Amino acid sequence: MYTQSFNVPDESGQKQVKPMKASEPPERMAKFDACIDADGRIEPQDWMPEAYRKTLVRQISQHAHSEIVGMLPEGNWISRAPSLKRKAILIAKVQDEGGHGLYLYSAAETLGVSRGDLLDALHTGKAKYSSIFNYPTLNWADVGVIGWLVDGAAIMNQIPLCRCSYGPYARAMVRVCKEESFHQRQGYEALLVMMRGTQAQKDMVQDAVNRYWWKCLAMFGPPDADSPNSTQGMRWGIKRISNDDLRQKFVDATVPQAKVLGVTLPDPDLKWNEERGHYDYGQIDWDEFWKTVNGHGPCNKERLATRVKAHNDGAWVREAALAYANKQQQRTLKEAA
Amino acid sequence: MSTAASTPAALKEWPLWEVFVRSKQGLEHKHCGSLHASDARQALEMARDVYTRRQEGVSIWVVPSKSITASSPDDKGELFDPAADKIYRHPTFYEIPEEVGHM
Repeated sequence: MYTQSFNVPDESGQKQVKPMKASEPPERMAKFDACIDADGRIEPQDWMPEAYRKTLVRQISQHAHSEIVGMLPEGNWISRAPSLKRKAILIAKVQDEGGHGLYLYSAAETLGVSRGDLLDALHTGKAKYSSIFNYPTLNWADVGVIGWLVDGAAIMNQIPLCRCSYGPYARAMVRVCKEESFHQRQGYEALLVMMRGTQAQKDMVQDAVNRYWWKCLAMFGPPDADSPNSTQGMRWGIKRISNDDLRQKFVDATVPQAKVLGVTLPDPDLKWNEERGHYDYGQIDWDEFWKTVNGHGPCNKERLATRVKAHNDGAWVREAALAYANKQQQRTLKEAA
Repeated sequence: MSTAASTPAALKEWPLWEVFVRSKQGLEHKHCGSLHASDARQALEMARDVYTRRQEGVSIWVVPSKSITASSPDDKGELFDPAADKIYRHPTFYEIPEEVGHM
């Protein structure tokens, strides 16, 4: 997991992105543009326009925050997993998400921001994360559906990011994508098992799909016509495929999977369009989406509070390790003297 | 540059480490990412948890990021371009009669 393929304006530990400055040195700017045009890669030490840097810091840090906040809804189910096997799988998945957060924070840090500042922005509510985690996980089938649909949507988003123009981000995404496939498959398989079970279990799966389907479609971000920032992202090779195209790919890939699973996707307008060669789908409730992005979803407060508590509760460990390292350093110096 | 005699300042936060992993015996250690850790031992333990959960490695190096000296992108031309016109350093520069076969 997890990114929403758009970048919501926030205060991700830095000042707001300003439009391209006229004062960027033209010679360097031309070299940068030429590199992008040739589908080249930008590395941390290379010169880059300030707006490119800030866009990346915002997008990569939002992505990182989404990974670690994404640990929370599933983490809720570790102690209640239905078997030891499912528990071991879920622990491994949640641990992966923590690792993905780390890869991404490291990539963001190469742009000259500190980990501490990024986390502060998350903990004070200034930075955004994927709004999908502001919905509750009500039953065990939600864990399966998160793997199948939420991770499935994230994979669609993340595969093109492996070709992102910023080297460290692209490399982090390659690593993430390798691990992501396990996340989606374990979710789908857990649902298959439930669909072979009792009627009550089948109903749980359908209920979870009903609650998550539309939220997953919204994960791809506003329609292309309403995302003016996408154009700049495309120009810079940060974004490779538009929100609507990614969303369509996801719908086309998911419909046959739902059929095999034996669930109905909750959209009466969902049908194959022979002419387009794609599935048509209904209207997404963007008002509800923006309400959640802006802090008024069902779990925004709870998620942030849990995250801040975990960070504060771990403070003594960080301090103790630091004190120990400093003591060892002093000891080594004394012995050397 | 600080001299060896000066006392390093006490750490205020966990410093950054670069992680290199050897994927299997016989191959080189390859850079795979970075992480924050209080000391070398912790950096190794964390690198193991973060970068080798699926048997990606048989050996790990961790190096304090600040110990790495890197060439500057501005020197790229000066450092690397001169090699471009020395095509005689490549085997394909030389034409060998076909009847000689593979050489």
